[in-house]
This record gives sequence, C-alpha cells and structure tokens, in this order.
Amino acid sequence: MKPSAAAPEQRDIDVERAQLTDALAETWKTPSGLWGALATVDHKIIGRRYIFTAFVFLALGGVLAALMRIQLAQPEARLLGPDRYNQIFTMHGANMMFLFAVPVMEAVAVYLAPLMVGTRNIAFPRLNAFSYWIYLAGGALLWIAFALDMGPDVGWFAYVPLSGPQYGTGKRADIWAQMITFTEISALAVAVELVVTIFKQRAPGMTLDRIPVFVWAMLVTSFLVIMAMPAIVLASTSLILDRLVGTHFYNPAEGGDVLLWQHLFWFFGHPEVYIIFLPAVGMVSTMIEPFARRPAFGYLGLVMALIATGILAFGLWVHHMFVAGLPRLGDSFFTASSMAIAIPAGIQIFCWLATLWDGRPVFKSPLLFIIGFIITFVIGGLTGVMVASVPFDTQVHDTYFVVAHFHYVLIGGAVFPLLGAVHYWFPKLTGRMMSEALGQWSFWLIFVGFNATFFPMHILGLEGMPRRIYTYQPDLPWHGLNLFVSVSAVILTAGFLLFFINVMRSARFGEIALDNPWDAPTLEWATTSPPPSYNFAMIPVVGSLHPVWDDRDGLPVADGLRTDRRELIVTTLATAEPQAREASPQNSIWPLWAAIATTIMLIWSIFSPWAVVWGSIPAAVALIGWFWPKGTPEDES
Amino acid sequence: MREKIVLDLGKLPLHGMGTASVTWWGTLAFMLIEGTGFALVIAVYLYLMSLATAWPINTPPPDLLPGTLVTLILLTSLIPNILLSRWAEQQDLRKVRIGMVMMSMIGTLPLIVRIFEFPALKVSWDSNAYGSVVWTLLGLHTTHIITDLVDTLVLAALVFTRHGRSPRRFGDVQDNAMYWNFVVATWLPIYGCIYWLARL
Repeated sequence: MKPSAAAPEQRDIDVERAQLTDALAETWKTPSGLWGALATVDHKIIGRRYIFTAFVFLALGGVLAALMRIQLAQPEARLLGPDRYNQIFTMHGANMMFLFAVPVMEAVAVYLAPLMVGTRNIAFPRLNAFSYWIYLAGGALLWIAFALDMGPDVGWFAYVPLSGPQYGTGKRADIWAQMITFTEISALAVAVELVVTIFKQRAPGMTLDRIPVFVWAMLVTSFLVIMAMPAIVLASTSLILDRLVGTHFYNPAEGGDVLLWQHLFWFFGHPEVYIIFLPAVGMVSTMIEPFARRPAFGYLGLVMALIATGILAFGLWVHHMFVAGLPRLGDSFFTASSMAIAIPAGIQIFCWLATLWDGRPVFKSPLLFIIGFIITFVIGGLTGVMVASVPFDTQVHDTYFVVAHFHYVLIGGAVFPLLGAVHYWFPKLTGRMMSEALGQWSFWLIFVGFNATFFPMHILGLEGMPRRIYTYQPDLPWHGLNLFVSVSAVILTAGFLLFFINVMRSARFGEIALDNPWDAPTLEWATTSPPPSYNFAMIPVVGSLHPVWDDRDGLPVADGLRTDRRELIVTTLATAEPQAREASPQNSIWPLWAAIATTIMLIWSIFSPWAVVWGSIPAAVALIGWFWPKGTPEDES
Repeated sequence: MREKIVLDLGKLPLHGMGTASVTWWGTLAFMLIEGTGFALVIAVYLYLMSLATAWPINTPPPDLLPGTLVTLILLTSLIPNILLSRWAEQQDLRKVRIGMVMMSMIGTLPLIVRIFEFPALKVSWDSNAYGSVVWTLLGLHTTHIITDLVDTLVLAALVFTRHGRSPRRFGDVQDNAMYWNFVVATWLPIYGCIYWLARL
C-alpha cells in the first residue's frame, strides 16, 4: 500500500496556502478549449450543463403547453390538427417527465451533493460525464424526431395496444421507447454515483444524523431510481421487441396481456412521482433554515418521512389503474396505501410550518417559492386523497380534474421548490446574486398565473371535459373556462419569461456574491462562490448538523492529502470515519466516445435487432479505453 | 471561511479494499439494478403464467439437459471463483494471474452449452407470449455472462501488465469475482422458472 517510490509525493502540509491552492488547481483543472470541455469530469461543470439543458427542455415543453392552450382557448379551433395535437401532448408529457423533471433534480444533486457532504468530486466522475452525454442524445433524439414529424403520439405512458405493432405504425412509438432507454441509463448512472458519494465520500465526522436533509432526500430518491427504473426499461424494451421482432408480450391473441404494460409502466410511474417530489422537499427542508433563521424543526421526522414515502411509493401503482377492472380487494388495498402517503407528507408540512412559526422569517424570493409550494402542494395533496378513492376516481378518470391534480403536485410540489432553489443556490453556481426584485415579480406572476390556469381545470374535469382532446364543440359548457385558463396561462408564461430573463441577466451583471450570502449552515457555503475545481482546499471535519453555524470561529479541517494527484477521503458508511485517501479519476474523452457508440447502437436498434450485436463492439472498445490505466498518479495505491 | 486543522489523514492508505472501496459499492449498486431487472422479468413470467389456461402455451416444457448442464458448470465455477477472490485479497499476483486465466476459460463454457439451450426451449420468441418471456429470461442472463466474460478477459490481460501489481487491481479482481457470483446466483431462480415451473 506504499506510494510508488518513483513519484516524489506532494502533501498539503508541506506548502504555504497560496502554493497549496495553486497545486490543487493544477491537479484538478479542466483545461480551456473544446477538448477540455468535452473531456471534463468536474461534477460542477457537468452539473451546470445538466441543469442548463434541463431548463432548455422545460422552456421547449412550455412552448408546447402554450400551443395547446392557444388551440383550446376556443371551440373548434384550427391551429393544430388532431395528429399534431397528439404529438404535442405526448411530447409535452414525455419531455417534462423524462427530460426535465427527473434529470433536473438529479442535476442539482450532481452539483450540490458532493459540496454538501464535503468531498472533491462525485463518485465515478467519468460515469457522470457519460450520463450527461447519453441524456443529451436522448433529448436530441426525441426533439429531432418531432421536428421531422416523427414525434411519438401515444401519450407519455404509451399504452398498448395503441403503441403496439398493430396500431402504432411507423417509428413514432419506437422513438418514445428508445428515448426512455437513454434517459433511464443516464438516471440510473447518476443514482449509483449519488448513492456511493453519499455512502462513502462524506466528510469525516458527518455521521448519518449530520447529513443535510437534501442529501438524505437524494439518497432515498437514488434508491427509488435504482428499484423503479428497471421496470420501465423492461417495459420499453419489450415494447420494441413486440414491434421489431414479433414477440407477444402485449398481444392477447398469443397469450400476452395489455394490462401487463400498465402494471410495468406504473410500477415505475408512481415511484417516478416521488423521484421528482422527494428532491424538492429535500430542497425545501434545507432552504428553509437560513430564511427561518433557525434549524429545521424535526430533523428525524423529516428524514423518516422521506424514507417512509420512498417505501410506500412501491405500493401505490394500481391507483392509476382503478378503471381497468381489477379485483375489488386490490382496489381497496391501493386506496388505503394511497391515502397513507398523506401521513409522511403531512409530517413534513407541519415540520416546515413549525420551523417558520418559531423562526424569524426573512421573506426573500426563495422563501416565497417555499410558501407558494406549501399552499399549492396542499391543494394538490387534497385532490390526491380524493382521487385515491375508487368511486371518485371512476368519475373523474381521464378528465381535466386529473390534469389539474397532477399539475398541482408536480408544478406545486416540485417546480416551485426548484425555482426557489435556483434563486437560493444561484450565487454558489455562478458567483453572482439573482435580482431580488425580479425574483419577487416572477414569483407572484407564476403563483397567480399557475393557480388561475390550473384551478379551473378541476371544474372543467367535473363538468366532464376529457383529457387529450384536440378540440371541442361550441355547444359544450367548457368554452368560458377554457378561455379563462388560456388567458391565465399568459400570466404564467410571463412569470417564467421573467424568471429566465432574471437568470440570464444576473449571470452576467448580477451583484457579486459572498461565499455565504444567506448565512446558511451547510458545507457548500463554507467554500467560495463559485467553488474552485477541487471544492475544498482542505477536507472539512464535521461535528454537527449545521457545521457553518456551529463553527463560526473557524471550520475544522483535515490535512495530509496529496496535491499532485486527485485525492479525496473515503469514510465509513454510518459514522464517517476516514478509511482511505482514494484517487478520483482524471479528465477523459472516453466517456464521450462510449456515449456516441451507445447512441449509435440504441438508435440503430430501432431499425434492426442486429444493431445490438454489431453496435456493442465499439461500445465495448470505448469502455476498455475508459477503464484501462494510463499510468497517472491516480493509478497508484 | 477560516479553517483550523484538527485531523491528520496522511497515514491513510492510498486505496481501500472491500467495503472501503467505492468500486465495491458501485458494483453492489449495479447488482441491485440488474437484480431488480431479473426479478421483474420473473414477475412477468409468473403473471403471464397466471393468465394462461395451459402453461407452457402450445408447446412441451423445455429439455432439461443443456440448462441443467449450465447450472452445474456455473455452480462448479464458484469454487475457482471464490479461490481467486481469496488470492486477490491476499494480493498474491502469481496466483491471481493463474486464477484469471482459469476464470476466462471457465466463463466461456456456459456460453458454449447455451448455444444448445436456446433450441432446447422448443419454442420461438415469436410463437407466443410464453416463448417471448423465456427467450427474454435466457437472453438477459446470457448478456450478463457475456458482459462478465469480457470484463474478465480485459482484467486478465491487465494483470499481466505493469498495472497488475497494485491493490487497486486486486480490488478489481475481487469485484469481478463478486459479480460472477451474482451472475451464478441470479441463474438459479431463472433456471427454476424456465425448467421446473413449466413442468408443474
């Protein structure tokens, strides 16, 4: 285990502070230029890319939503035909779920989790680079196909037989299915990185009960990804097999079953909701502390609620299938389990209310988004309890009531906290503050616009307006409310536009941020804004849940690490006692080659099963290039 | 923020073995992903079986011989595999090299027999849903054998280079051995499913 005698090793203790940071910057740097950008494995650069790309997809999905609202503003509108409309609502849902909501949450964690646990890079940084390229390729596949009039038109859950070989002719359903494969590969890769980072790379002393709640939320989320996403990979692969090589998974004539699709899809699809929601509540629990000016109330309750939600997530999926004619007893069980989810959700809400009640709240834009979240999410949660009841669900199934419900839980429950998080962590990402005035304006526009857009949809649903219709007749009683919804959507759009303007303007001209502008307690605020490539010149040593608040006289740190190789600390799982000074891989172009080879294989396999055979050869070559040791100091042990 | 030094980490090893290694945990996480995948395909098998009036659908159960032979080979391969893992733990390069060559050869054996296992299913993937699910089960497991074999071959080449003599490499050998154990362990329920459930 001795270091090789050939390399004279360089330690942080042997040099002055200025030399230390210079040496670390040299070791951990991402070279400038295109090659450097393509080969980087810095979690902060990749995390920023991920977040940026996800917000581009949010904007694109928003444009689709706006098109739908223009179309539905009046009866018998002719802006969009039925075929285009089918593509647009499918694209909107698939894009928002698979290309925006899940990736953006993981992206924030890719950036923040290593900083919050006090390490220098994410675990498996090359896998992280690979996952971003795969995600980008999957998004490009979907949108290029849409531009070529080949966009999927079978709904974001692509039910068979509509998406099967008999009805889903052409390649549209295959584009949907293979886009799933891309996003699931990238999501699973990030989940593995996060689990290992959180398990093994926490700063010395960061025991399980000193992990920030957002990091806990990402740990639970990552396990949900690991356990739930194989179901959708299996579903989409078997769908492609049915369509390409004539298997009969979903063909009742040959012993297959269409409901099997719904089981597989929703076994993934319901945990998917919590894969989006849990990171958001983790953000809220973490952000609320500096703005309430006190520690979050009920840390144990908050963490247990996350874990309980994660476990319950796997026992709810059948509530999406209440009208599919399943046995009554099954329906009753899933009604009970669906209502049970209100308990951990309620615990968290009461913890936040207690935190604000007992604190001295500072009403800056992140806190406004938190309060907006609590109000909106409670409404969405209440309609959730309503649709968990079989008779009620039977009445409103496939109506706008359901559209209203899930936009309340998804936008209210996840996008509001996310926008708050952007305002909150923007200084750490860019080194500049966002404009508070614009932040407040965008909050009020989004909050009012959102509720005015989506609340009337409950009523439209109760009046019987079905989902996914491209137009309606003038004699139906839906005209007035639809026009109101569409006009309100203009306010909502204006709010988002203002938010994007604020982001772009602040990134260039915003006020320069201090290291810890909100006086927040977690470790990412103990380093500079934005952090250097190596995150921390010396690894922090953690003695409490709020290290930055509790060690105001000086952050305890550890020394003894080498500066001439990328080195970080591996600690024990429960008590975070140091175990090894582990090497962290250097930049490499191979993840990009591997991603390109995988992309070719996956797209080719829409057209021919042989792609899997021939396409796997370049992918294997790229993987060997990726893992083969290059004789750098990082290979020493 | 100002800093105060409270801990010296200079004495720590440059690489951790077993649970102190991040790749060990990464391998475990990927095993959890793939194990979930296998469990789901078995669930699909049971689901389709529960719907069918007769199982297998319009075909006799598969021939036992090739599948049972693969099972025996895989179970026997555990002995050299576990030995290899021990040698890696002891950081005995000479024995690890022998073990890696041995496991590279042993890894190809089940693949050879598997060539005969697909026809022994006596059904095509496009005959009916039963055929689709047994081909998927067998195909998915075969992919795992191939993946681990390629990994074993590359690692076998690597231990004969100057990069071979390092705790990091011994850790890789241990992780690779652990993954092979996983490939063998997942085969047992699949074997029971394909060959014995079809005979109930």
